[in-house]
Amino acid sequence: MGTLDPLRLTAREAKRLLVDGEVSAAELATVYLDQIEAVEDRVHAFILVTAENAARYAAKVDGEMQATRGALAGLPLAVKDNMVTEGVVTTCASRILAGYQPIYTATAVRKLWDDHVVMLGKTNMDEFAMGSSTENSCVGTTHDPWDLNTVPGGSSGGSAAAVAAGEALWALGSDTGGSIRQPAALCGVVGMKPTYGAVSRFGLVAFASSLDQIGPLTRSVYDCALLLKHIVGKDANDSTSVELPCEVELPTAERLDGLRFGVPGEYLSAGVEPGVRARFDETVARIEELGGRCTELSLPHTQYALPAYYIIAPAEASANLARFDGVRYGYRSAEADDLIEMYERTRGEGFGAEVKRRIMIGTYALSSGYYDAYYGQAQKVRTLVRRDFASAFAEVDLIVSPTSPTVAFPIGSRTADPLAMYMSDVCTIPVNLAGLPAISIPCGLSEGLPVGFQLIGPAFSENTMLRAAYALEGAIGFDTAPSFRDSSAGSDAGDVRAAAGKEAPA
Amino acid sequence: MISEDDVRHVAKLARLHLSQDEAARMTGELAKILGHIQKISELDMADVPPTAHVLDVTNVSRADKARPSWPREQALKNAPAVSDDSFRVPRMS
Repeated sequence: MGTLDPLRLTAREAKRLLVDGEVSAAELATVYLDQIEAVEDRVHAFILVTAENAARYAAKVDGEMQATRGALAGLPLAVKDNMVTEGVVTTCASRILAGYQPIYTATAVRKLWDDHVVMLGKTNMDEFAMGSSTENSCVGTTHDPWDLNTVPGGSSGGSAAAVAAGEALWALGSDTGGSIRQPAALCGVVGMKPTYGAVSRFGLVAFASSLDQIGPLTRSVYDCALLLKHIVGKDANDSTSVELPCEVELPTAERLDGLRFGVPGEYLSAGVEPGVRARFDETVARIEELGGRCTELSLPHTQYALPAYYIIAPAEASANLARFDGVRYGYRSAEADDLIEMYERTRGEGFGAEVKRRIMIGTYALSSGYYDAYYGQAQKVRTLVRRDFASAFAEVDLIVSPTSPTVAFPIGSRTADPLAMYMSDVCTIPVNLAGLPAISIPCGLSEGLPVGFQLIGPAFSENTMLRAAYALEGAIGFDTAPSFRDSSAGSDAGDVRAAAGKEAPA
Repeated sequence: MISEDDVRHVAKLARLHLSQDEAARMTGELAKILGHIQKISELDMADVPPTAHVLDVTNVSRADKARPSWPREQALKNAPAVSDDSFRVPRMS
């Protein structure tokens, strides 16, 4: 089969190799399982690796399924551990769901299984998707393959790190306030949040139901479109899901002629690191070189999006997480002999610190006497944020910004200050409040760490967004192979490549 | 501002046991977070309608027809305690 480089191989190329018979599904699965074997003890991207199942299924794709292969047959996939998978333990990185055996499968995962992808395992995450660093996991943090001493972002940090480290060809994540895009940015991969409702949430363990959306994490924009194409669609089991107005197209564009891009000043103000700003400005210049037109614009209510989000998301979470009560599934405290005390002890012992904080904020914001001042007002802010975007999209086709104000930060550096952690998502949260699609693509390095470039579109503009991202990606020419350096252990050989990359993109 | 008594009251509403240390730490953390959230009170939004759902979809209903449900053993498969084909819980006091 020759040598396949899991750090650079795209799903597009892997699919071609499989179709042309140049590689077997079993050989392809082995490439990723070997890479997991080689780097997982340093990266810790997975909660569960289903190696035997993956190898067995890949052999079936090569054998008895040969004649009936689905569109994605044999392409190895990692799945965030908040999507339920029949027969495969699903925990949401929470002690309260330890050992949980789902009795059904999330629609998005089911669709990919029906297309015969090979599932490699379930990836690490912040508990119940609450966090921006994957440090809030009951099984310990994931490490960013670009610097093992830094966080991979979150909450889909395991999925982003697995793709970046070549431990998976591609992955599914979920995005409530940036949980696909921010880790994609910090790990140097592509991550997309589709329009709210484009992908069924059935079987996605609910965090904030009016904001949650499943989406792809991939090594290229083409792969992102390919994976998206196979997970979208209305689902009778999710009444908020809708059919996309047109099919997802696989992008081919090389130019951006005729497209208008808006640069919102509010996203570039305080907190954006100089290195991030420099890569962002270079990318905006590239848009113009490719024939796109960039104009500055204002989204005046941006500063109110983060506080509104930290009312709405915890409020919805406090209701959604009421189901974890030690009765039907999961952990139950042995310390109580009365029902109410059993609930309280089970939840007190089963949930981690950040989940407890969010349940408390949400319960407080919804409690008698505070509802109007908090939840009611936050829902009005949501209207203002939507109006900001609507006015902007009357003038431009797409809005661009940094995905995260900073590159990956050192493990432990923000855990003592919840607000500092929340600020990681300042550029991604408004998108969820408005239900819009957005994608993050790598646009270069700052201090050896990847910088993410975000494109935001109007609802159901996935095809325009993917087309623009594809053309830009081609012009940027980002090398997706991370260095696996560890800045806490002094310099090593990996630093050489990272230092060279700092000058890129040329 | 939020007091430790408020925190205990909210924890009760949320059915969440907090240790003494947790309640004290939570009081400080929530005060800081709520202080940040308060920012939205600067806005005059008397005439702004709330957004509960971003898509223009109305109620979705299905035909009112009985469908098969989960078999009992499947539904009970993950339960911490079962007796007589039912979820078993501690007594209510």
